[in-house]
Amino acid sequence: MIEPLLVIVVHLVFAVAITPVLIGVMRTTRARLEGRSGGGIGQPWRDLRKLLAKEPTRAPGSTPVLVAAPILLMVSSLVLCALIPLVSTLALASVPGDLFVVVSVLLLGTVALALLGLESGTAFGGMGSSRHMVIAALVEPTVLLSVYALSVPAGSAVLAAIVQSRREDLSSLANPVSLLAIVALVVVVVAETGRLPVDNPATHLELTMVHEAMILESGGRDLGWLELGSWLRLTALLGLVVNLALPWAVARDAGVTGLLVGVAGTTVKLLAAGALLAAVEVFLAKLRLFRVPELLAGSFLLAFLSVSASYLVF
Amino acid sequence: MSVGRLLRLITRVGRIAEPLPVRTPAAETAETHGLHLREGFTPPAALRGSVQVRHVDAGSCNGCELELGAAFGPVYDAERVGARLVASPRHADVVAVTGVVTQNMAEPLLNTLDATPRPRVVVSVGDCTRGCGVFAGSYAVAGSVDDLVEVDVHVPGCPPAPEAIVAALRTVTGR
Amino acid sequence: MNLVDLGILAQLGLGLLAITLAVAVPAAHRNLAAGSAVVAVGGAAALSGTAALLGGSGTGLSVPIALPLIAGLEPLQLSPDPLGGLFMLLAGVVVALSALFGIGYAHGPAASRTGWAALAGFAVGLQLVPAAADVVTFLLAWEVMAVGSTVLLLADHATRRPVRQAALWYAAMTHLSFLLLLAGFGVLVATAGGTSWTTIAAGPTGPVAGLAFVLLVSGFATKAGLVPLHVWLPRAHPEAPSHVSAAMSAAMVKMGVYGLLLVTLRLLPAGPRWWALVLVALGAGSALYGILQASVQADLKRLLAYSTTENLGLITTAIGVGLLLRGSGQGGAGGVALLAALLLVVSHAAFKTVLFLGAGSVLHATGERDLDSLGGLASRMPWTATAFGIGAMGAAALPVTSGFVAEWVLLQALVHTRATTDRLLAVVMPITMGIVALTIGLGLLTFVKAFGIGFLARPRTAAAAAARESGAAMRVALVIAAALTVGLGLLPGPVAGALAGAVTATGIQTSATAGLALAAIGVVLDPLVLTLLTLAVAIPVLAVTVVLARRQPRREVALAWGCGVERSSPRMEYNATSYSEPLVRVFRGWLRTSRSVEIVRPDQAPQLIEELAFTQETVDVVEERGYRAATRALRRFGDLARRLHNGSIHRYLGFSFAALILVLVLVNR
Repeated sequence: MIEPLLVIVVHLVFAVAITPVLIGVMRTTRARLEGRSGGGIGQPWRDLRKLLAKEPTRAPGSTPVLVAAPILLMVSSLVLCALIPLVSTLALASVPGDLFVVVSVLLLGTVALALLGLESGTAFGGMGSSRHMVIAALVEPTVLLSVYALSVPAGSAVLAAIVQSRREDLSSLANPVSLLAIVALVVVVVAETGRLPVDNPATHLELTMVHEAMILESGGRDLGWLELGSWLRLTALLGLVVNLALPWAVARDAGVTGLLVGVAGTTVKLLAAGALLAAVEVFLAKLRLFRVPELLAGSFLLAFLSVSASYLVF
Repeated sequence: MSVGRLLRLITRVGRIAEPLPVRTPAAETAETHGLHLREGFTPPAALRGSVQVRHVDAGSCNGCELELGAAFGPVYDAERVGARLVASPRHADVVAVTGVVTQNMAEPLLNTLDATPRPRVVVSVGDCTRGCGVFAGSYAVAGSVDDLVEVDVHVPGCPPAPEAIVAALRTVTGR
Repeated sequence: MNLVDLGILAQLGLGLLAITLAVAVPAAHRNLAAGSAVVAVGGAAALSGTAALLGGSGTGLSVPIALPLIAGLEPLQLSPDPLGGLFMLLAGVVVALSALFGIGYAHGPAASRTGWAALAGFAVGLQLVPAAADVVTFLLAWEVMAVGSTVLLLADHATRRPVRQAALWYAAMTHLSFLLLLAGFGVLVATAGGTSWTTIAAGPTGPVAGLAFVLLVSGFATKAGLVPLHVWLPRAHPEAPSHVSAAMSAAMVKMGVYGLLLVTLRLLPAGPRWWALVLVALGAGSALYGILQASVQADLKRLLAYSTTENLGLITTAIGVGLLLRGSGQGGAGGVALLAALLLVVSHAAFKTVLFLGAGSVLHATGERDLDSLGGLASRMPWTATAFGIGAMGAAALPVTSGFVAEWVLLQALVHTRATTDRLLAVVMPITMGIVALTIGLGLLTFVKAFGIGFLARPRTAAAAAARESGAAMRVALVIAAALTVGLGLLPGPVAGALAGAVTATGIQTSATAGLALAAIGVVLDPLVLTLLTLAVAIPVLAVTVVLARRQPRREVALAWGCGVERSSPRMEYNATSYSEPLVRVFRGWLRTSRSVEIVRPDQAPQLIEELAFTQETVDVVEERGYRAATRALRRFGDLARRLHNGSIHRYLGFSFAALILVLVLVNR
């Protein structure tokens, strides 16, 4: 009982510590490829610290959703990090972090943001909220099907168990089921966390915004939680994908050496994946909103092929 | 441009950001670039190292905007000093104002400032913000930025050089 | 005479009492008197149902009945088995909550003598359908339910035209279902020679069973509102008074599900594979179509009605999957899927009751049903908003509501299918999961829209701005229903344990913290522990927030940020129509949306625009393409037949002569 709790604490501390570094690495990679210097790897930390020290505002007629939504997003992102096998595959027995539980917690954060967008009472907020929910709805089948595909050879839908079984059975890593499912999951990560080509996180044009538009009305501390919560979702999902793709150097239990190796391994994998994602983004332009369903339908097809292959072929 | 050509361009050009001058105390930086700091202005402790800038065009000829754009571009790279442009004043710490304040923009400028959470800093860019420059006395002008809001850092010039703008942001962030 | 029988007799007695009170008590106290009596009827059904569910089957109650002009009617056989007990319990609780809400809500025609008497009759019919032990009793109770609900639907007919149309569609479709059921049961009774379930279950096989299955499933699918027989649902449920809508949507359509389970598990068990596939296809299609239509509706009650179609589709899919798995030798996973169907039934009853009662509360306070005219109600009606929010979370299957637990169980059943040798399962399961997943996603969008646009931001009309919280009776009903939605989600172990007996699912265990353990497929869910984990994680975040708030308190500003210009008009907010616009574009081929723009220009300056009106209408595709086409074809056939009636006596004599020759030829064979 105490060991899974220790693992959860390690996950949470690790996630919160590595997330600003991950964002910093991604921004710096992008900056260097664009010929700039960028703010450095520690800049997101400085931004966050400053935001948490500033005052939030409240316009007349607003409801408690304005205060509650950033905290709900933050809490749901932290629970996500606790349930996903970031550092160790030892899961809490009664809430093992399986397929639907993890997706539902992710959706809780999505809903919090969407309601915040509507709460602002401006056209921008509603627009962001509407686009965000349409993308979330269309990504849902892909998420569930790709994890389903990976769960068939593992015999369990618990994410930690899937990572563990992939580590033990190397042949499961190189077969088409695996590759198709991982590619589909990468598209899911891009869509859920609002990266290019689905959404441009650095845009200033409100008509092109999806994620930014929902948080235009929040400032100071509220914005600090919203930013950290969104970044934590990226860490969790990207961490899940790299641990599924490269399941080595993930701790098996809660032993000290195992956890240290896990922390080091996941750090390396996560930062490398983040840098790669940022590098690819330099070559991409944002897709028109009504082309995004085509991208998501394509990823759904990959996930479906993956599941069928896992049953019929492998 | 194809991926291959873009890759070759990136490897060939490398970094084009000009080197940042050595950091000096605020008063010295102000003197070097001709900045005017408000009497008794100290950059808020919370804004140390990180500043988000919301630009408001109160009625400028866009000359200062071009320089501001260049300051955040790859050559002068204001992001190095911890500054970034944002879309909403609720996300901002620094409100960068350019141009004279026209009749129509007087109230929106004040609303924008009110919408910015504290601690906040007002940076006015260009000669028009202090004494209306060439537009003084026009029927469309409500006044200069100085008349309406309390300006903390003023960057003179018509238009000011991007290095001066980066230096002004540096006095706020202290990087 | 055990508890079950006592409960049934109590229901009948209390029902009569309720009708008497409805007729006798003057208008000033009628709501309270008749309403309380109907609440008691519901309570008796709940008691009886619980007893039957937990194992004490009825001992075969025989109630003699006499109908005018019909001689020799056999006594009613009322003896619920655990499955029937569950549906009685469900119906009883929903009726009780609706009646409680109705005490505060009913006004105008819904509060008349007919209104309350019809509600009492409807309640008794509804509750006795799952208790019936033979065909005649079943169909009699079914008809009482149908007639009662039609009368209730007609409450506002004098003032509003859509009500009359809705009642017409409803009456036609409900009697279509009755005829199909009559035909189906007739086939079974003719083959078996008796009318009780036990006699019929001994059972026919082969094509007779197939015919009976098709007829019965069509009949029950009509009642359950499955596509393509759903067209009455989005017309009837919105037009009924809100407490009646809640009873219809949360309880009455479930009788269709009860029928499906009765047919597939009790009357015609071990049917061929194509039966299960039919159910899966029907269910998946209904689920997707229902939620797609729901997501583009701006009328709140119509949105909820389409959402009912969606949920019933999911339930039917679960039943189909369960039968498919049981038939493929994976009894464990099959049992889990059937358990999922029952959990979906129970959770849908809970959250749909909250949602419809909440919509009723809003309608009562503002007079508006259209989301485009609401807004800002969260600060004006906090109880309703919170309850509706919880119901919306349940509908969207978010943790930790009952909807979340039910979807989880369904997905576990799908994921743990062993299909390495079975090609059919290998194709059907992923497709089903994809459709279920898309349904969940769209459901999320629909309910974020319903809650966010209706309750958040600022009011869009004066009516919304003038809203005030509802009275005590309405609030109590809302709170109880919302508590059920969350409670069933936090304690799934005991609930599932009780339900497992109804479909003989094995391996359902409860963990130490009232969590659900499905030993048959080896998975565990503990919502209570998940909630504790979430709270534990929330504590540091809240602590940091509180500390920071002391240093930098929240500042009140005058305006929301709208680019610096004062945005005093709430007309600038997004509304329900605009919220679903991207979805309309994506699913353009499936939704027939027509848009019109009307421009009014000032006379003196025709190049300017004075007023601009945009209207968007989404028609129900099935109704357009299916029913209208069918009625057109029928009309053309009628016109053709009319040509035979041209009045010429020569032609009529000719017909008689031809008929006579035909009869002589046939008789002489």
